[in-house]
Amino acid sequence: MPLRKHFQIAALVAAVIAVQLAVTLSGNSHHLTQLTMSAYYSLVIVGLCLLIGYAGQISLGHAGFFAIGGYISGFLTTYNLLPYKDKAIVSIFAKTGLLVGRQDLYGGQALTFHPWTAGLIAVLATFVTALVIGGPVLKLKGHYLAMATLGFGIIVYRIVLGTEKLGAADGISDIPGFTLLPGLQVSGAAGLRIQNYYIAWGLVILSVTLLVNLVHSRIGRALRSIHGAEDAAQAMGIDTAGYKLKIFVLSAVLASIGGVFLTHYNGGIGPSEASIMKSVRYVAIVAIGGMANLWGALIMGFVLNFLSLRGYFGTYDDAVFGVILIVIMLFAPEGLITRSVFSNIRRLFGKAAPEAEV
Amino acid sequence: MNTQLFFQYIVAGVTYGTIYAIVAIGFNIIYNATGIINFAQGEFVMLGGMIAASLSGFMPLPSAILAAVIITMIIGALIEMIFIRWLDRPSVLRLIIITIGISIIIREAALFIWGEGVKALPYFTGTSVTVISIGDVHLSPQVLWSTGISAIMVIGLNLFFNYTLPGRQMRACSSNRNAARLCGINTKNMVTLSFILSAGIGALGGCVVSPMTYVQYDSGTGLAIKGFTVAILGGLGNSMAAVAAGMLLGILESFSIWIMPTAYKDVISISILLGMLFIKPSGLFGSAEAARLKDF
Amino acid sequence: MKSVRFVAAVLFLVFALSASPVFAKDTIKIGAILGVTGPASFLGAPEAKTLEMLVEEINKKGGIKGKKIELIVKDSGASPEKAISFAKQLIEEDKVFAIIGPSTSGETMKIKNIAEEGKTILMSCAAAEAIVNPVAKYVFKTPQKDSYAVVKIFEQMKSMKLTKAGVLSSNSGFGNAGKGQIEKLAAEHGIQIVANEVYDKAATDLTAEVTKVKASGAEAIINWSIEPAQSIVIKNARQIGFKGPIFQSHGFGNIEYVKAAGDAAEGVIFPAGRLLVIDSLPKSNPQKAVLAKYKKDYEAKFKEDVSTFGGHAYDSLMILVKAIEKVGTDKEKVRTEIEHMKGFVGTGGIFNFSPEDHNGLAMDSFEMLTVKSGKFIVLQSSAKKKDAGTKKK
Repeated sequence: MPLRKHFQIAALVAAVIAVQLAVTLSGNSHHLTQLTMSAYYSLVIVGLCLLIGYAGQISLGHAGFFAIGGYISGFLTTYNLLPYKDKAIVSIFAKTGLLVGRQDLYGGQALTFHPWTAGLIAVLATFVTALVIGGPVLKLKGHYLAMATLGFGIIVYRIVLGTEKLGAADGISDIPGFTLLPGLQVSGAAGLRIQNYYIAWGLVILSVTLLVNLVHSRIGRALRSIHGAEDAAQAMGIDTAGYKLKIFVLSAVLASIGGVFLTHYNGGIGPSEASIMKSVRYVAIVAIGGMANLWGALIMGFVLNFLSLRGYFGTYDDAVFGVILIVIMLFAPEGLITRSVFSNIRRLFGKAAPEAEV
Repeated sequence: MNTQLFFQYIVAGVTYGTIYAIVAIGFNIIYNATGIINFAQGEFVMLGGMIAASLSGFMPLPSAILAAVIITMIIGALIEMIFIRWLDRPSVLRLIIITIGISIIIREAALFIWGEGVKALPYFTGTSVTVISIGDVHLSPQVLWSTGISAIMVIGLNLFFNYTLPGRQMRACSSNRNAARLCGINTKNMVTLSFILSAGIGALGGCVVSPMTYVQYDSGTGLAIKGFTVAILGGLGNSMAAVAAGMLLGILESFSIWIMPTAYKDVISISILLGMLFIKPSGLFGSAEAARLKDF
Repeated sequence: MKSVRFVAAVLFLVFALSASPVFAKDTIKIGAILGVTGPASFLGAPEAKTLEMLVEEINKKGGIKGKKIELIVKDSGASPEKAISFAKQLIEEDKVFAIIGPSTSGETMKIKNIAEEGKTILMSCAAAEAIVNPVAKYVFKTPQKDSYAVVKIFEQMKSMKLTKAGVLSSNSGFGNAGKGQIEKLAAEHGIQIVANEVYDKAATDLTAEVTKVKASGAEAIINWSIEPAQSIVIKNARQIGFKGPIFQSHGFGNIEYVKAAGDAAEGVIFPAGRLLVIDSLPKSNPQKAVLAKYKKDYEAKFKEDVSTFGGHAYDSLMILVKAIEKVGTDKEKVRTEIEHMKGFVGTGGIFNFSPEDHNGLAMDSFEMLTVKSGKFIVLQSSAKKKDAGTKKK
């Protein structure tokens, strides 16, 4: 239903703008910080929703892709190549404009990769990783698939935790801002708050538009058939392995983009971004929003991350997630904001029969 | 590397291995009866250790352990009855997420009750420095306790499943649920029984290993992952294979320290797991038929 | 329509959350970002408890210059991204006077710039040298320098005629920092590092790791960690028959770790603040009174042993309080006052700040301690020890 789809996206854009105006005008523009951070996490979540909900493949290791994006970009934009500037490869990089000389925080001179280069390399690396491990991993099913993705996430976590060059337990700090275009910079500086809010949510809107279009296309229908009955879909000539891989890679790339941008926004990244709890949290949010419900995942992702980042749940952050997760999975496995919940409510008031699934 | 060093590494590996194997056995019991992988298995181990440690202040050690095992079994039963029993043919995905949610809740409850401190039971025999030495190879008697108790558990389970009525009923459920139901076996109770058994074994394991390590409110997760790795390595559902796989993994990790920086020890075990999953998901000792996932 | 509902839900949520908290007039807001739960809980939990206890006590006496302290504790769970979010929140929204914490170095480094830009005093409870080097105007730290601890260990080794050290460090920020200092300072102190292994802070058994270290010919083990796993190293080392002395870092400063290691902890040597050995301090020691009161109050209130980690929070808060008492609630004045504070008696030692030194502690803030019969005591100097004829295990 093209018209409905456009309406939904327009509504999202309107909501994003409305929230920003409301927040700024009421003098609470500091909320924009958490709103921006939630946006980047939402990138991971919507991609994951596509993978779990529509393609039916569980991934307990998606924080790993987020971390690959963030760490590579962070590392390349902070690792000082100045001591090596006489080496051949470094001068090639410098000549082709990939490097940028800048003043580091303590007044010294530093030669690091340009954020654009670093970001592209990071996303590319994630793309390749997802492509390479996706093949064998997606052949697995059920618990084995869960375990394999969990294992991938753990490997990424152990690598970033154990490698000194990546800051080991302390992570990478003092990551510079990312100048997208002249005048548009991804960074946590207080003056650029509104700009960054729109950059973040702009990315989310773009991604959601892409995914919504995907879902309503042939590919989306193919995915749903794979989710429903993989063997039958295969028999019908659908390249199930190919589709699963494509969606896996797409969701990984989205996650890493979120990682790159959030790292530059925060100015730092730590191993906690690759931890199992993070991956579980992403899956939990997708489940709470309704497995195959992009909008539900987006709303829940935004709400729960926002509240968590503001410390609303205090020390019991994880407990709250656990409880919400169980309650939803037991009583409303399709999620809270779904057609069936609404139609059940409608039925309660004696209205029309439940709508058909689109 | 001389012979004595070699054997010391083996001893180290066996020490880790028994810990992993105990958790894996717990996974296998529930999986066999129900097809569910219970991600909260590690929390049973943690609960056993924590409860026993708390009780050991008021009662002699053996009673504290017994009480801890019984209490954890009750908790296991409650969990099954509250969260799992009345689900109507849930999908694998939903089950995985539910058990993850359960593990989070147990962990946070443990945090609330015991705080963030660490607890450990006293060594069963001797103290933290008592060792049995063979030449230059030393091991703590607790390792013998832990291996011994694992062995007894495996034998006990074997006897239970082969020679007792409930045991045979559980095996029937696991091979063909509908047929079992038609024979009058109460499959729902079998599921509860499997949780009780798993919880008890996990708790006993937790008590046995806690003198060597320690328990903390969040020790469950790490153990669950290692246990799961070992269960799959051996072949899901096969407890003897789990013990063998546990030893194997422990020894491999132990020797990996000789070659690689210790910081990457976990990467080795997970890579082995991934390799296993890609090549032979049925595990080292499993059959392809067993590898086909059971339905709940 | 779903989209209308979506928009409405979002707007409602944001407005609901936008409600500004009721402003209690005339309080001094102090924020704290601590890892109360999560991987740094043995740091963050005692720190949070200490702060709560002190603030309650101060407020009962009427606050500072008549103004009560409003303490806002945020649990970051040792996640840098939460620390960043909370820092911005505390500075911009709650407009706190100062921030105490974070508990870990990783988090502190991430918010160092945020505090500088927000011109808010940050009293960190984390140990990394990089926090105060290079010096940032608003950022201070209260734990002692790792390098002092390392040097004290090296000097002790030399006095025991040992030169070959086997190093084991945990894979946390504290462990990494210690490892770095050990590697940096070994050569100039005549110590040779024959083994250098990093272990997982959540490990359950470390026999293989200590076996490798023992096989390298180490005469002494230096075990640098702040987590419970350090006790496992001690146990395993003694179990495989390592006879040389085991040195710990000041991260061993909690009697729970001794209990966890049981008999194996006997004879372990480590540098630490004097909080752990109050009874053996002479009456003339300037720290004795402060330490004794803190220990008594903390143990009475929380029914658990006091640790040096909580002490860092004590120092952070009391330094702030002293400065505010002296010059009032102007942030700039307080900052300058702290920077020039001399002779402040804290739990970690006696602080002497300066514009170049935002840590304020010297090597004498450390005392070499050892464990005897499960208790912390001051290590007798090696000359005396030789006379007493005590055997080292």
